[in-house]
Amino acid sequence: MPDTMLFAMEAALNGLTAGVMYALVALGFVLIFKASGIFNFSQGVMALFAALTLVGLQSGQVPFAHLINAIFGTRIHYFGWTLPTLVAIAGTVAVMVAFAWLVERYIFRHLVNQEPIILFMATIGLAYFLEGLGDVMWGAEVKRLDVGIPQGMSGTVDDLTFAWFGYGFYMDTLELWAALIAGVLVLSLILFSQYTKQGRALRAVADDHQAALSVGISLRFIWVLVWSMAGIVALVAGMMWGAKSGVQFSLSLIALKALPVLILGGFTSIPGAIVGGLIIGVGERLFDFFLGPIIGGATENWFAYMLALVFLLFRPQGLFGEKIIERV
Amino acid sequence: MLDTQPEGYVTADGRKIGGVLMEMKNITLRFGGVVAIKDISFDIREGEIRAIIGPNGAGKSSMLNVISGFYHPQEGEVWYKGERRPRMRPYEVARQGIARTFQNIALFEGMSVLDNIMTGRLNHMSAGFFKQALWWGPAAKEEAENREKVEKIIDFLEIQHIRKTPVRRLPYGLKKRVELARALSAEPSILLLDEPMAGMNVEEKEDMSRFILDVNDEFGSTIVLIEHDMGVVMDLSDRVVVMDYGKKIGDGSPGEVRNNEEVIKAYLGVSHD
Repeated sequence: MPDTMLFAMEAALNGLTAGVMYALVALGFVLIFKASGIFNFSQGVMALFAALTLVGLQSGQVPFAHLINAIFGTRIHYFGWTLPTLVAIAGTVAVMVAFAWLVERYIFRHLVNQEPIILFMATIGLAYFLEGLGDVMWGAEVKRLDVGIPQGMSGTVDDLTFAWFGYGFYMDTLELWAALIAGVLVLSLILFSQYTKQGRALRAVADDHQAALSVGISLRFIWVLVWSMAGIVALVAGMMWGAKSGVQFSLSLIALKALPVLILGGFTSIPGAIVGGLIIGVGERLFDFFLGPIIGGATENWFAYMLALVFLLFRPQGLFGEKIIERV
Repeated sequence: MLDTQPEGYVTADGRKIGGVLMEMKNITLRFGGVVAIKDISFDIREGEIRAIIGPNGAGKSSMLNVISGFYHPQEGEVWYKGERRPRMRPYEVARQGIARTFQNIALFEGMSVLDNIMTGRLNHMSAGFFKQALWWGPAAKEEAENREKVEKIIDFLEIQHIRKTPVRRLPYGLKKRVELARALSAEPSILLLDEPMAGMNVEEKEDMSRFILDVNDEFGSTIVLIEHDMGVVMDLSDRVVVMDYGKKIGDGSPGEVRNNEEVIKAYLGVSHD
């Protein structure tokens, strides 16, 4: 097999794992958009906040330490304990569920029946608020997040591919784990929405609010539920990205990478978010591999957005989105 | 005209009508300056088919929306099962056993017929959130039991052949029937039907009438229905409320209402001979 093909395969495989990470972020958007028609601008910041909270709980940081020290003149920063990863994750999940409840109670309950653009603006405000809150609560420095997943080159993949092709592929163990975890998460989301009472209620609300009310579904409960789910998805995304490149405030920008994924997959489709993420992941790696050297490299920065533009021209509803047909 | 039927009687076709299940007392509903319902009172008795008729814009659908909690009247009281009902949200009303259909059909278009009807059973499923999520033993058993009830209703309304079809693909008449099935699957104490036969052809209307009668007969459901088609209403219902411009102008058995002069004037037209 020629070397170029092998390198391309390696690039594509790495693209797949990167694509899973994109899909993970996009998924959070889709969940909320489907159930409530809100485009949640704060999804990226939620991932950041979840990651900050996870690190904070894990390392026993005192929340609002700087604020407390500034007011009372104390010098506390750490409780002096470290929590096991699983306990810290459970704690963060609890925080995200509480956050979902607060968002419903204090923001969206007051905005029922408003125009989508108003709801969208509210989520922009929420994004800035949450970013500030994360800063005040846990501090602004870059933190290392270790959730116990090994990092660096995967020896297994290297050995396997070397045995097959005589060339060992480089793949990051962390990204393989991330792909696996994302897969499990998506599968459980699908099973949940297809086979449980709450899942059915969720789909019902996504379909028709009025009808959902008439069969006794509380919209508020469903909103809290769906924001909690988006919060948990954000936690997983924040955890994976945070473990990869440290928990820092630029983490919230991963939301931008989710936009082209959504345009490709359609805003209302969970499978769309996954397929869209994979296409973008693989597409940008292959594009960079084949055409990058010719046009000067760094194509990964813009390829996804260009692809999204092309899609907007020819298939604005995305691959799996619902085509809106006005009946005249 | 006062309503003259006594409480608790047996109809000519042998159905038992019980006591008052719901009572509307002096309901007034305004939208800004527009008065949609003006001081209307009537009652609904257990096991009866109660019709609300009137010309377009008479306030019939508004009345149904008051009963189902989608609108909140500015004045008046709703009494249900002997108690005054506080201001409630639509889903809370639904949980109290009042199911409804909509004039312009509100089904979950993307879901299958079966799933649509299963949503009607949501309030009969009690297994907690986590058990549901983990598909624990009791939750699975509960799902199976509810499924059985739904299948019975599907058989009853003769929609077996479209069980797995996404609702979006169904013709209008069948959608109406699926909506009825969903409302019925909640085993409601009161079933509210908003123009169940609107837009149907003669054959579909006959089918629907038969289903409504069968539902009342078989499940003993109390039915409140709004309908334009006078013929249908007179054949189906035990008692009729007639509305015009938000006011009640008649109330009684179909025979009484038919002979009420005010009703004839407002709704059936005055003969010019």
